[in-house]
Amino acid sequence: MINKYLTKTKKLYIFIITLFCPIVADANDFHFVFMTLNNDPNYTVQKRYTGLKLNQSYSPIFGAKMAIKESRILSRSLGVNFKLIEKSATSSDHAIKIINNLHSRLSAKVFLLDLPPHFLQNIVKIIQKKDIIFFNIRNKYNQSRNKNCNKNLYHTIPSYRMLTDALAQFLSKNKWKKVFILRGPLSRDNAYANSFLASAKRLNLEITGDKSFTLSNDPRQRQNSNIKLLTSNNNYDVIFVADYNGEFSRYIPYNTFLARPIIGTEGLKASSWHWTWERHGAPQLNQRFRRLIKNRPMSEEDWAAWVGVKSIINTIAKIKSMNIDSIKKIISTPSAAIDTYKGNPSSFRLWNNQLRQPILLHTFNAVIDRAPLNGFIHIKNNLDTLGYDEGETQCELDG
Amino acid sequence: MKLIFLSISNFRKAILSLVIGGFFVITMTLPTHGKGTNLIFVSNEKSSQITVLNMKHKVIKTIKTCRRPRGMHFSGNKTQFYVGCADDSQISIYNVKSQRLVDRIRGVEEPETFDLHPNNRHLYISNEEDASLTVFDIKTKELLHTFETGEEPEGVQITSNGKLVFVASEAANLVHVIDTDAKKVIADIPTDTRPRRFALTPDEKELWVSAELAGMINIISVLQLKIIEDIVFRPTGFRPEQITPVDIIMTKDGLRAYIALGRANNIAVVDVKTREIVDYILVGKRPWGLALTKDETRLYVANGLSDDITVIDTKSLKALTSIPVGRVPYGILIDD
Repeated sequence: MINKYLTKTKKLYIFIITLFCPIVADANDFHFVFMTLNNDPNYTVQKRYTGLKLNQSYSPIFGAKMAIKESRILSRSLGVNFKLIEKSATSSDHAIKIINNLHSRLSAKVFLLDLPPHFLQNIVKIIQKKDIIFFNIRNKYNQSRNKNCNKNLYHTIPSYRMLTDALAQFLSKNKWKKVFILRGPLSRDNAYANSFLASAKRLNLEITGDKSFTLSNDPRQRQNSNIKLLTSNNNYDVIFVADYNGEFSRYIPYNTFLARPIIGTEGLKASSWHWTWERHGAPQLNQRFRRLIKNRPMSEEDWAAWVGVKSIINTIAKIKSMNIDSIKKIISTPSAAIDTYKGNPSSFRLWNNQLRQPILLHTFNAVIDRAPLNGFIHIKNNLDTLGYDEGETQCELDG
Repeated sequence: MKLIFLSISNFRKAILSLVIGGFFVITMTLPTHGKGTNLIFVSNEKSSQITVLNMKHKVIKTIKTCRRPRGMHFSGNKTQFYVGCADDSQISIYNVKSQRLVDRIRGVEEPETFDLHPNNRHLYISNEEDASLTVFDIKTKELLHTFETGEEPEGVQITSNGKLVFVASEAANLVHVIDTDAKKVIADIPTDTRPRRFALTPDEKELWVSAELAGMINIISVLQLKIIEDIVFRPTGFRPEQITPVDIIMTKDGLRAYIALGRANNIAVVDVKTREIVDYILVGKRPWGLALTKDETRLYVANGLSDDITVIDTKSLKALTSIPVGRVPYGILIDD
């Protein structure tokens, strides 16, 4: 709009000024930095057989953008400008350099890390500043909530354990107690399946089989690749499948030896967010997201980025301070009352910095239930029936 | 005719006169409902219907409406009522007597709730998806003004002199205060998490706002435009996170307030002066919308997740009955 009224010479003048002026932080600016990896394989555009895209991931920066956009009136009343900077790194060393630079130059304190797990671990291990908050908006590995936890690293995306605990609650409630596990070859598949084993143990579910499948047409491997053969053990109420690639598991429903439901990465899935969720204000959030970006629904990672930014902005509004230490103190207490649009007011767990949150159990087009399910109660907060509880965690944040 | 009349025995005559007389006695002793139609209207947001009930709690009609009807309001003279339809971006106008659609205001971005200005001509509407409060002229259907609000504006409350408008922004945790003469936002009052609906005390010194996710009522001083007190709800058997107050209604004498506690499936009864919680009344699942009869002897509650409404006797503070309506009932209007 403004450009329309500027003459060419004025534009050139402004351009030269911005070229030579170092960017100086305004005292009333508060920066969020969205860190990505150059050519991240996670976002490689899929060119699948016959042109199908089954598992395409998209950058969740739109979640963060939406949270910033939502805060414009709040920023008017607070007198603070919330800004989002997107930075891309080529290596973890490069990312560390960028973070240190933005921290000192713009006093940017909040970083959303959309990075693969090893990158993320490197960064949070090396940067030992006190006045910094890293958000993990993508990695679900349980270790980062346990042994590999870090006091500056906050997780808005749920851990595998939270998801599998939610599924286990659903099975327990329905009395589907015998579970047959099928796992794929990826490290994520095994992490998810192993996490389910732990959840099953907690709720006393019986594992009647645990097999690895092979994606192949080779007749010599049919024991591991033929779904009928794989599932011919006739002693299970439900099949749990861990297949993040998805190419095998999408053929499991209606192909099993017994007529049994499928859960895991196929059939009934556990997620932090779903586009059909219609309670607790969710339709508004989903519609707002779709107005921002038309060609896809809000993903789990979009939601995780959104809630990360939102939790900080709302805390700043609450305590009227941009001091990171004060923010950290608040977000880990019940008074944070972070609105996840999934019902229960939320906060970060004191013992491992995980955002406690309800988990949605859904099919491809409907949310079937919301965990914690009715009847699963906890001595302090029912949300802590999902994931590692205070007594179970191996995380030591003070160490 | 004459013959038939003559053939009626004295005994029969006596019975007949007794029945007629009894009928008169009954109608005389029924609470006087003024000139209203004695009908109750319930908007059902998921089935896009309005359920029409009579005072005997019988569903007498179901009207198909525009999509996702939520907020409702009577016109100034109570001959019409307005229904906001979010998914059709319009306000439908119905005749109270015939329950026929008589007019509509189109192009109202996702209306949720609204309030009628005392001039009986201007509707102040919260546009949930548009982060704005819009003012429409009911007669000309013209958009008169747009005020920018925080995300998800919800409750709208206008003072009786029409000078101030309050609008709650659910996602920004703010109550915006609009000066209708100056046509601008004069204050943003920070509230607890997820402010939803309002009630003004009859003296208009206090504005009560429900903070849904904080499980409390924030009481705002209208003079100072800031929160002066909170009321926290703790019905037995519910965890704090299950207590999600939404709608508030106050009696005309300003002594008592009823608050729908959402996920806690209860209505809280509050003594306005002492701030004490007098009682909790168990109703259906996730009660939101509230309405009182004119004589304030009955409280009607819309239970969003059990698809029914509960009728409460305000004297004994007991639920009398629940009546099934459409899917996800939202608001209630009573024409008595």
